[in-house]
Amino acid sequence: MTKATKVSIKQLYKIFGSDPQTALEFAKQGVEKNELMEQHNHVMGLKDINVDMKDGDITVIMGLSGSGKSTLIRHFNRLIEPTDGQILIDGVDVMTLSDDELRKMRQTDMSMVFQKFALLPHKTVLENAGTALRVRGISAKEADAEAIKWLARVGLAGFEEHYPSQLSGGMQQRVGIARALTSNATVMLMDEAFSALDPLIRTDMQDLLLELQKELHKTIIFISHDLDEALKLADHLVILKDGEVIQQGEPQEILLNPSDPYIEDFVSDINRARVLRVRSVMQPLSDSSIKTAGQVDHNDTLESVISHSDGDTTKVYQVMEGQQAIGTICMKDLVRALVPRAPSDDGIRTQTDAA
Amino acid sequence: MAFYDSMFSTLGLQDWCGITKQDGPMTMAQLLAKNKTASEADTSLWDMPFPSLDNLHAACNSIPRTRDMTNGVEQFFLSIKSSLQFVLDPLTQPLSWLLDGAIWLFVATPWWLLISLTIFAVYSVTRTKGAPLLVAITWLFLAFIDHYTYAVQTMAIIFICTGLSVIIGVPIGIAMSKYDRLQKSAIPVLDMLQTLPTFVYLIPLIFLFSVTESKLYGIAIILYAIVPVVRLTDLGIRLVDQDIIEAANAFGMTARQKLLNVELPLALPTIMAGVNQTIMMSLAMVVIASLVSAPGLGVLVLRGINNLELGVGLVSGFCIVILAILLDRVSKAALARVDVSHNNH
Ligand SMILES: Nc1ncnc2c1ncn2[C@@H]1O[C@H](COP(=O)(O)OP(=O)(O)OP(=O)(O)O)[C@@H](O)[C@H]1O
Ligand SMILES: [Mg+2]
Repeated sequence: MTKATKVSIKQLYKIFGSDPQTALEFAKQGVEKNELMEQHNHVMGLKDINVDMKDGDITVIMGLSGSGKSTLIRHFNRLIEPTDGQILIDGVDVMTLSDDELRKMRQTDMSMVFQKFALLPHKTVLENAGTALRVRGISAKEADAEAIKWLARVGLAGFEEHYPSQLSGGMQQRVGIARALTSNATVMLMDEAFSALDPLIRTDMQDLLLELQKELHKTIIFISHDLDEALKLADHLVILKDGEVIQQGEPQEILLNPSDPYIEDFVSDINRARVLRVRSVMQPLSDSSIKTAGQVDHNDTLESVISHSDGDTTKVYQVMEGQQAIGTICMKDLVRALVPRAPSDDGIRTQTDAA
Repeated sequence: MAFYDSMFSTLGLQDWCGITKQDGPMTMAQLLAKNKTASEADTSLWDMPFPSLDNLHAACNSIPRTRDMTNGVEQFFLSIKSSLQFVLDPLTQPLSWLLDGAIWLFVATPWWLLISLTIFAVYSVTRTKGAPLLVAITWLFLAFIDHYTYAVQTMAIIFICTGLSVIIGVPIGIAMSKYDRLQKSAIPVLDMLQTLPTFVYLIPLIFLFSVTESKLYGIAIILYAIVPVVRLTDLGIRLVDQDIIEAANAFGMTARQKLLNVELPLALPTIMAGVNQTIMMSLAMVVIASLVSAPGLGVLVLRGINNLELGVGLVSGFCIVILAILLDRVSKAALARVDVSHNNH
């Protein structure tokens, strides 16, 4: 089952400075970011980005501070104009839209959740949640009805008449999510939506998002600088560094086969047993004569298999997808997969930190 | 012989300078010099006079005197006066009506009605008990010492001038916040309006309008008092949280929706701070404007100065101070209420 591509970015460049078009030529000829800065006094925001986002997927864009995540997500609804490249939404190039069409697109096809919530402080929670509908000119009554529904859905029933400043950060972000959902847009942009929240609330919000996603199937583009969060949410993971995509794909795949020392370093701190799934480590079914110690689901985490085995590394389990056996996993492979390919004290991050 | 004679002759300009033919009024220096016997030309560097227009004129008649220059400015103003008047007179006539009408209305309203109305208005704006109480005490005190009518006239003028300043100033401020070019060119003008000595406002206005017309002082007050509300509207809108503006854009708001639903409400506390200053500045100017027939407490101050009636001057000055405190407190209380509704409802 392959999903349709909903949003597609092709050869996107963004250069900040007084004469981006000239700088673009240099960038296309392969001038590096710091060289562009030193010799031409332009900031390379994004360089040759190509990403396809599938309908109904959560695509997480991850990178350290300054890697261009915010710059990238603002291109989807053209809050930032690209220097070069295409942004296709359902096959339509956003760059060809007139001002009116662009506004329509922002009103109906895309919604956005912000790191600092960005709620209107002088409007009630209810009015805030209904923003998108009110902007479209829909009557206050209809907008309120829709907003009440979504506020209840994110767990804020009863807070309609409060003002944002009366709510905690977590609750304010729930309003932010309700505001995005009320617009009923198919694409949701979330710029570090949970970064300002403390860890427990953040986990709650991630669970809420996954739960909503299970029934709504939005196309979500989520920005994060937190790998745990990225791995938890992502169907498709894009890793940015200095404005360039250095690896993208299935999160498990990236975790097992990091293509770049930067990513190796990134993933080395992760609790792999909790993140990796059986399906990523198993061997396809070949020799049915192997004696297995039991059955595990293909989506189980390695951690649960370890607790199953009581730490016995000689065991082999049968991997099931529903009622069907699809492979085997032996504990030796499992343990091997727990060790990152490069040790974390390799010092890549220490170098970047010092720089 | 004047000091600079030799300079003009070395430059070969005697012909251009021509033979002395004095006309126009004499300057004081010339009158004094007349009495002196023509002394020998002292060309020592020590005694060199500054090459000012008057000194150069002494050596060369073709160079105008300072007196001629000020005359020229005056002639220039007189020559454009009629055309300016033709445009400005009808344009500003409603201001006279407004001011005269407001003063008449405020004075004609029975004292008990006006006092209760202002107390009620202040309460509904500030929602505090202190401010209306202060208003009541001030009014009753002013009325008790028979300064009520003067104070009411002053208040009527402030009311109209502040109102017009806000109506004109807020849109200008909005435009300035939207167009950087406009802001760049408007700021020097605002600086000038704010730094010009208050009396200087009156000079060109007296030329243009007759001193008996109310719009004369109305314009002077508005020009002076409009500055803070313009500045702070511009500032307030520019200071609106960029994240919220971004959210407004992301939800596809039109420029108009953004202005009315986001920018103005969020800038309101700053704009109100500007209105507070505007009120205080109109009060300051309305006192000076009594020089050009603005009625009110300023008239009493002026009488105190002109006739050396010390008591009259001091008491009316004191009344102005009370009014200032009153206006400041009330507008600040209103501002505080706006602030509260934004931050911790
Ligand atoms: N308007 C601008 N003018 C010049 N440079 C800019 C501008 N906006 C962003 N940049 C540069 O582009 C780069 C990427 O910025 P961006 O805000 O997208 O990073 P980010 O990944 O979102 O970081 P963070 O995690 O801190 O939010 C930075 O180096 C920044 O300095
Ligand atoms: Mg960012």
